[in-house]
Formats: sequence, C-alpha cells, structure tokens
Amino acid sequence: MHAAVIVFPGSNCDRDLAVAFKAVGAKVSMVWHKDTSLPEGVDIVGVPGGFSYGDYLRCGAIAANSPICREVAAHAERGGYVMGICNGFQVLTETGLLPGALLRNAGLKYICRTVPLRVATADSDYTSGYEAGAMIDIPIAHHDGNYFADGDTIAKLHGEDRVAFTYGDNPNGSQSDIAGILSSNRRVLGMMPHPERAADAGHGGTDGAALFRALAGSLVTA
Amino acid sequence: MKARVHVMLKNGVLDPQGEAVRHALGAMGFEGVNGVRQGKVIELDLNDGATKADVEAMCEKLLANTVIESYTVEMS
Repeated sequence: MHAAVIVFPGSNCDRDLAVAFKAVGAKVSMVWHKDTSLPEGVDIVGVPGGFSYGDYLRCGAIAANSPICREVAAHAERGGYVMGICNGFQVLTETGLLPGALLRNAGLKYICRTVPLRVATADSDYTSGYEAGAMIDIPIAHHDGNYFADGDTIAKLHGEDRVAFTYGDNPNGSQSDIAGILSSNRRVLGMMPHPERAADAGHGGTDGAALFRALAGSLVTA
Repeated sequence: MKARVHVMLKNGVLDPQGEAVRHALGAMGFEGVNGVRQGKVIELDLNDGATKADVEAMCEKLLANTVIESYTVEMS
C-alpha cells in the first residue's frame, strides 16, 4: 500500500497519520499543499487533522481550493481511496467529495477527549476489521465537528449504508449522531474522530488500529 | 469599486453562536430579543468593471458554503 499524506500550513496530525500508515507496512509520501501532482502509484490519500490555513474563512475552505486538492479530487474520481480525518473531513466536505458540512459544536466548546463510537457499517475497506455495531473508543479533538446535511442527504446516507461511525454519546450536536461517512463508492471516508491517535499501545488505546490493518489488507495488491 | 458580501447561516441551520449571544443579552437584562443570528461581512476592493456576477461566482466557489450558508452581494 502506498499512502500519500497531504501537508497544509497548520496541519498537525500529518506525522501521526504517516506513523499509523507505516505501522501497517505502507510506503508513505508526504505531499505539500502547493504540489500539483500526487506521487506515482498512490493507493490512498490521507487528509490529516489540524488547522489548515488557520481555519480562516471556514474550516477547510482554503485548503479545499489549494492546488493539491484538485489532484486529490481527481484521484477520488478515478476510484482512488481518500481518507479525511478531523480537519481532513472538513476539507473533503468543502471540496464536495463528501456531502454535508461541519458546523460549530452545539456546546460552542472545543472538545478534546476519548469518546465511544459505534461502527455503523463493516461494509467498507476502512471498517471491515470491525463487527458492525461494535463499540470502540477513539479520541476527538475539534471545535467544528457538528455534522449537518439536509434531511434528504441524511436519509440517503442511511439508505445507502454510508454512515461509517456514530457517536455513542453525541458530544457536538451532529445530526443522527454521525461521526463519519463514506462516499457512494465507499472509497472516500471522512470522520471527525482520530483513529491515528488510537493505533499504538503508547497512545493509551488501540481501537483505531483495525482501520489501518483493514486498509493494508485490502490495498496490498491495488 | 467595492463589493460587500453578507454571509449568513441558512434558515433551519442551528446557529449555536447566535443562541449564546441571545442568552447573554437576556442575562444582561435586555428583554424582548427573540432570536439572534450571527453571520459575517466580507468587503472586496475590486478593479473597475467588476460585476455582481463576478462576486457571486466568488461566493459560490469560496466565500460561502452553500450547503449551510446563504449570501447577498451589494456593489458600490
């Protein structure tokens, strides 16, 4: 598996994500936001957490219009895998690769703690390492994680089994407790919680590791 | 020439910041405030000849997220 991790000014989970990919045997290329192409042979693009461009205008809005994001969108349109975590999820909604938007947390506070998540579907190359319905503990760290989409979009996400993760105890006001969603081809994942921060025993939890192991298993021959 | 863009959360999208401001106003003794919606104003300094349609294109592509926000453009 060859993973590219995008680095924006203000990204702060890029190296954590690279470590999590490497831990399952991936080759990892760090890609700067001004680059105009992805490295040859990339299977999956990771859009990491952080505060790209200082969260100016809207979280993820400037990053979504950066040169590399055109390539990320083209990669997704070719059927490539893209995974956006936290700020990366905000970037993917701003690009339109995933539906909806992330609003300010309902309680207005930045929340940084480990929360229980329910694996809503095992039917994806990201979640196949879990049992559907399993409860896992994954850290969140965000101010704008309140998932919003219109009623038709929410119904469609449920109808197509595209909700990947839901919160066990909704911390931020997200509609339908949504913590992560998939694209219609199930190859683009956006999620607010940080599986890369629960992928090593040193993190205090390893419930995120199965996501990276499942990806490595699926993409090894891609 | 100048353009002023007002960006607001759409009706139906909960505005927790506006709600917090409404609560604060009530707690300070200002009565009769039934709702507060908070948005932003973006002022653009443009070359002569720029049109409202140019600014609307900027709104659609960057200045507003039309999934959650509406915008109005004033040219002057």
